[in-house]
Amino acid sequence: MGVASSIRFAAALAAVAVLVAGCGGGGGTASGPGARTTIANIGSDTMLNLAAAWAEAYDRVDPSVSVEVSGGGSGQGAAALINGSCDVANCSRKLEEREAGEIRSRRSREPKEHIVGYDALSIFVHRSNPLEEISVEDLGEMYRDGGTITRWSQIGVTIPGAKGDAIILVNRQNSSGTYHYFKEAVVGKKNEFRLSALHMNGSKDAVELIANTPNSIGYSGMGYATPEVRQVRVSRKRGERGIAPCAVSALDGSYPIARPMFMYTAGEPEGALRAYLEWILSPKGQEIVESTGYVPRPAR
Amino acid sequence: MFTATPQVRRKARTEAAARTFFALMAAAMVVPLLAIVGYVVYRGWPVLSWTFLTTNPTHGGTQGGIWSALVGTIYVVFLSLAISAPIGVLAAVYLNEYAKDTWFTRVVNLAVVNLAGVPSIVHGLFGVGAFVYFLNVNGGKKSILAAALTLAVMTLPVIVASTKEALASVPVAFREACWNVGATRWQTIRRIVLPNSISGILTGVILQVSRTAGETAPVMLTGVTTWKMIEQTGLFLYHPITDQCMALSMHLYYIQTQASGAPKALPFAIAAVLIGAVLVVNAASIAVRVALRSRRKW
Amino acid sequence: MAERRNGMEMVAEKAIELLIRICGISAIVFVFGIFFFVFREGAPALAKIDLGEFLTGGKWIPTSHQPRYGVGALIVGTLSVTAVAMAIAVPFGLGAAVFVSEFCGRRTRETLKIVIELLAAIPSVVWGFIGLSVMSPLLIHGFHVPVGVNLFNGAILLALMSVPIMVSIGEDALKAVPDSYREAALALGATRWQTVWRVLVPAARNGLLAAVLLGVGRAIGETMAVLMATGHSIRIPETLFDPVCTLTATIAAELGETSKGSTHYQVLFLIGVLLFSITFVVNLAADLVVKGIRKR
Repeated sequence: MGVASSIRFAAALAAVAVLVAGCGGGGGTASGPGARTTIANIGSDTMLNLAAAWAEAYDRVDPSVSVEVSGGGSGQGAAALINGSCDVANCSRKLEEREAGEIRSRRSREPKEHIVGYDALSIFVHRSNPLEEISVEDLGEMYRDGGTITRWSQIGVTIPGAKGDAIILVNRQNSSGTYHYFKEAVVGKKNEFRLSALHMNGSKDAVELIANTPNSIGYSGMGYATPEVRQVRVSRKRGERGIAPCAVSALDGSYPIARPMFMYTAGEPEGALRAYLEWILSPKGQEIVESTGYVPRPAR
Repeated sequence: MFTATPQVRRKARTEAAARTFFALMAAAMVVPLLAIVGYVVYRGWPVLSWTFLTTNPTHGGTQGGIWSALVGTIYVVFLSLAISAPIGVLAAVYLNEYAKDTWFTRVVNLAVVNLAGVPSIVHGLFGVGAFVYFLNVNGGKKSILAAALTLAVMTLPVIVASTKEALASVPVAFREACWNVGATRWQTIRRIVLPNSISGILTGVILQVSRTAGETAPVMLTGVTTWKMIEQTGLFLYHPITDQCMALSMHLYYIQTQASGAPKALPFAIAAVLIGAVLVVNAASIAVRVALRSRRKW
Repeated sequence: MAERRNGMEMVAEKAIELLIRICGISAIVFVFGIFFFVFREGAPALAKIDLGEFLTGGKWIPTSHQPRYGVGALIVGTLSVTAVAMAIAVPFGLGAAVFVSEFCGRRTRETLKIVIELLAAIPSVVWGFIGLSVMSPLLIHGFHVPVGVNLFNGAILLALMSVPIMVSIGEDALKAVPDSYREAALALGATRWQTVWRVLVPAARNGLLAAVLLGVGRAIGETMAVLMATGHSIRIPETLFDPVCTLTATIAAELGETSKGSTHYQVLFLIGVLLFSITFVVNLAADLVVKGIRKR
């Protein structure tokens, strides 16, 4: 009896396993989600919150379309677009010529750029740090490999209650578009980053580390500001007046490290993807840009 | 009669000291572990509720529940075990019941041992190279099936090892008795060996549920996405071949490193759900072991 | 009639046996498959980069205009985290194994084993999360260090993660020492302390070594916990509290961004080959050590 029933048990288990696998294969097409159009959206971490918010709201606009959002960095979005593993890529930097060329040669389509909003790249320090403003030049000396600024006292800052004086640089991982933008705008194209910085994997990760680390400084999209860190005003050159990151200063170009946020498609978008991108650029979609802390496109 | 000489007393003291020393060693590892786990559950507790489990995340994951991640994890886990369990059990049957001790079986055994030690991230690379690009499961895109296949290869050696152990625990005398009455090798396996080792086999398979549910790195590369909404009703919520899914482990990583403005308790709650899943799975494996052990005939 | 059914059964049985054989052989196919696919993606990089610089170079700047692919600092990162983790885990893990095997009653042992099994199953992403959100502030306040995500943080997590496997393998090794050894020691008037150090540990040496090696293998291959808790800073650590970056974390953080076939993509697979080889050697060593015991 025991033997027979345990065999039956095993057989049932196997049957369930086969069923799970089988249903998995065929089931989807029969009912709901199989009939849904999927849009794969990969890319920038800076835009991840925003992209997820769009996807979420769009679920109510058109329930027949399901948007899959992955982060990983702008480089990942560009790579996915080249490999054909996504439909639309989020980039917090411009597509590189090399990447555009690869899309042309591998997908035989022209990459199409869509500006979906703006971001003022914010410089964050710990809330106990008295630093009020900093110049792009000084930032460059901090972040550049071989740069001259490694201690807070060098720019006249003493952080109350901090251990030591060394600047803890918080950087982003090299797939981040913000990393590449920062390198170009602050460190300089010809220079390299200081490798000993902490390379954090997400915008929030970076901001949270700064919140926990009195000696640190770092950068992230303005949408990631929290009460636990302070945003610093930024000037172009030493001695110039620092500008606070905000919608106005991002759009009129007075804030030195503001940038557009892009979405790229391989070729002219069609069908559901086209409708999705049009919706993103519509007032409804742009409202979400504002509510996630970024700067919407100026109304025409 | 017996007086405790100083030597005896000293000896008794060393005895007690040794016991205390090793008990402290064990405690020094187990207590912080339990404290950490307890702390995670304690911090996440206020958020946990049935609604938390069964509603989709909203506001970029900072509000709402974890439904789509929970379902994604269930899909990946069961699909991967549906592949690895039968293959793993049969492979163990081969190694334990059929294979003779030749150089070839020794190589296979060695392969199993080493497969178990391959880092999960390397499995992830393998999944990308083999399933996403080479087999092209979903046209060069990540997919649930690719992730499940990757995890299946990862769990296979462990299932083989635990099943082998279970098979080996069935006394040889049982098999010999069976052969003596003229049963073939397969009949012996089906009627005697498998039924008598089923508890060990099931335990090994069940324990892999928690392992696959918690894996992050390999599935992140092969089939799990950060954000995907699904319906909150019905059974076929994801399409396993053309869809990517969310997963609890990845969701925890995402909330902790990327979702700005999430309440502090939220990642603790997700971690608590993962730990809870481990608890349930391990409890289930113990239950199976106890329930089936009572049938053991030796 | 009966003969025909017998024939059918024979065919069915043959089919099943064939299936079983195929499954058995599949294990070996997978091992070679893993090596093959990972190597296949990574191999073309060998023609583009200098292997010596790859292994020893300290500069890892894969996305620059003049990319450099040196994983020397990453190797040092992986080794240093593993070494510190083992310095913590080995005494405690083996001590706990001795306790479980020699000093506690059956009930305590069963309970402890269940707890340890449970702890072994906690996902690495949960450990990483604990490192970030619990350990990091503790380290900053407890040790007055500037950064909480660092070598020590990662090492503690890896130690906690590899203790369960050490305890269970170590306990098996101690159990395998015949009781006659213990009885002989006690008969000679040895205390249990002496029995453990002078008799059991030497006798179970190989098994304990295997336990340590498996712990090492686990620590080297661990990804999510070190990705989240070590700070990901590409440098040779000078103190225990410097942030470091490991091989595994680099693959996890960067693979997604690379386009298939680019040098960066291939080099990441090459790191995979390197990891595969390191853990292969470690596991092989552990296996041979265990085999050594069985033979004796």
